[in-house]
Amino acid sequence: MVKENIIELKELTKKYGEVTAVDRLTLSVHRGEIFGLLGPNGAGKTTTILMLLGLSEPTSGKVKVCDIDPTFQPLLVKEKVGYLPDEVGFYENLSGLDNLLYTAALNRIESATARQRARDLLELVGLTQRAVDKVQTYSRGMKQRLGLADILIKEPEVIILDEPTSGIDPEGVRELLALIKQLSRERNMTVLLSSHYLHQVQLICDRVGLFVEGKLIAVGPIKELAGNLFKNEPILLKAEAEPVDDRIISIIGANQHVARVEQSGNQLLIHCREQVSAEIANIIVSHGARLTHLSQHDYGLDEIYHRYFEGGRSA
Amino acid sequence: MTLLKEKKIAALFRRTRFMRQRVYHSRHPFWVMVQKEVMDSINSWRFIILLGLMLLTTVASLYTAMSNLRSAILDDTATPFVFLKLFTATDGTLPPFITFISLLGPIIGIALGFDAVNSERGRGTLSRLLAQPIPRDYIINAKFVASLLLITVMILTLGLLMTGIGILVTGIPPTPEEFWRIFFFLLVSIVFIGVWLNLAIMFSVRFRQPATSALSGLAVWLFFSLFFSMLVNIIVEATAPAHITDVTQIIGYQGFVQNLLRISPSQLFSEATTTLLVPTIRTLGPITLEQAYGAIAGPLPLGQSLLLVWPQLTGLTAAACIIFGLSYVLFMKQEVRSRS
Repeated sequence: MVKENIIELKELTKKYGEVTAVDRLTLSVHRGEIFGLLGPNGAGKTTTILMLLGLSEPTSGKVKVCDIDPTFQPLLVKEKVGYLPDEVGFYENLSGLDNLLYTAALNRIESATARQRARDLLELVGLTQRAVDKVQTYSRGMKQRLGLADILIKEPEVIILDEPTSGIDPEGVRELLALIKQLSRERNMTVLLSSHYLHQVQLICDRVGLFVEGKLIAVGPIKELAGNLFKNEPILLKAEAEPVDDRIISIIGANQHVARVEQSGNQLLIHCREQVSAEIANIIVSHGARLTHLSQHDYGLDEIYHRYFEGGRSA
Repeated sequence: MTLLKEKKIAALFRRTRFMRQRVYHSRHPFWVMVQKEVMDSINSWRFIILLGLMLLTTVASLYTAMSNLRSAILDDTATPFVFLKLFTATDGTLPPFITFISLLGPIIGIALGFDAVNSERGRGTLSRLLAQPIPRDYIINAKFVASLLLITVMILTLGLLMTGIGILVTGIPPTPEEFWRIFFFLLVSIVFIGVWLNLAIMFSVRFRQPATSALSGLAVWLFFSLFFSMLVNIIVEATAPAHITDVTQIIGYQGFVQNLLRISPSQLFSEATTTLLVPTIRTLGPITLEQAYGAIAGPLPLGQSLLLVWPQLTGLTAAACIIFGLSYVLFMKQEVRSRS
């Protein structure tokens, strides 16, 4: 089955004066998938999202969302796309329900339908009991969930979430992500979310795109990315010894299976191609140093992140 | 268990039906927005305070007018317009209604507009609004229309309230001409407050902090009400012709001074309103003895009064439009970023 592309970006570029916020971005997102835009702050994630909604004009390149160009027909796109900005805000003096009804009215949803949908959605996000309370009494996590209900009331085909998890406690994050995943699966909704929290993105995204300084440097499922990136040095050993001197490091580095050694204080990070912990322990001990710790590490997302962003900067 | 929960939820939603809950009467998003803005304003303390202030004004100026009505009528036997005196009569201790409006009008305009756009931005609701399928200019247009609607209702209410109480107390009904004069006076007041409203909206687009934009609005208001006449005086003294050679020169010069003063919206407003409410005013410019000689003192008909203040009215409307246009352009060009 050929996957239908619901979002298509081609050579998309956005410049603010001399600064290039988004640099020749080409990307497509399939219908029904959860796509994660990953990158540090200021990488151009929000700018890209604004261009998807027609809220910002691209300097050059093409955008297509649901086969509509948002630059020229933003209203049509906004009918089909729900956007949850980071730090979403509500009218604090209104109740959660009233906030939802207002959004519904702006989307020309008839009042009886709007009430029914608001009711169902508040139930879905677990805010029924607080529906008639003013939003100013809500916690951050509750506002974020209300935000989700708010974008769902127009029954969008695509939802775009900008840093949906920032500022929420871990339990709240887990619930929110589970909710997003459930929605995507049940309603075959496409989800595009941006984040700089890798661990959270890893939990729910089908594919991710890594952003550094306006450039997309890698796209794919997380496992694939990790595999590609570390295929030359798949094993990471962590050793601690006292004292550590340059001689030990150079001898370890000379081992044919060791790719690289990094030192920080008494700690050594050894990137190697084969499992060589026995040899390393041997080297350290034979040099009269005391080995206090030796363990093997899996590459976590932090390493992927770190590696990619380092690579992205130097490239 | 789930049944119990269902029941609970159903009960909750039944309860909300009786609670204060917003129902939008229009299907069109623009009017939905206007309705929301109006509801927000009416429910806010700000509006209640403004309304209280205006009611106080009405009572105070009615009181002044009542206590001076007799002497005012005796002083001026030429005019049959007794009823209009209600809006203009004073004994000097408390200003009459028109002065009150020219003083408080700017405050009302600024108070209703100073946080129009920046509060949406600050609360983070602007980007959420912009993600809805509505044209961007609906936001600023709806805010303007809603505030102007409120001002209109407020001013018309106060004006009619004054007329009504006036009829009750004096026992004199206004003649149709007086009624129209009052009506046009209220209309000019609305336009005048609209100028300040637009100025405040412009500052609310320009400045991210509501406090800054409120202060800027007040600063402009203070400038025009306190320092502007001083400034004009300085210019006048500096540019006064050293030798007066003929009459046309001094008339021209007088006209120049007057036009300088007319940069201030308050000046335009007071010229327009006094002409409307005091029908005996026949001209706003300088007049020579020659021209005045032989003129029969008497009131102008309404049409002539209107004709006399037409430039002032146009000027005020133009100022309102230009300032609104500026804020519109500023708003449309502004980058959309949440909060920052």
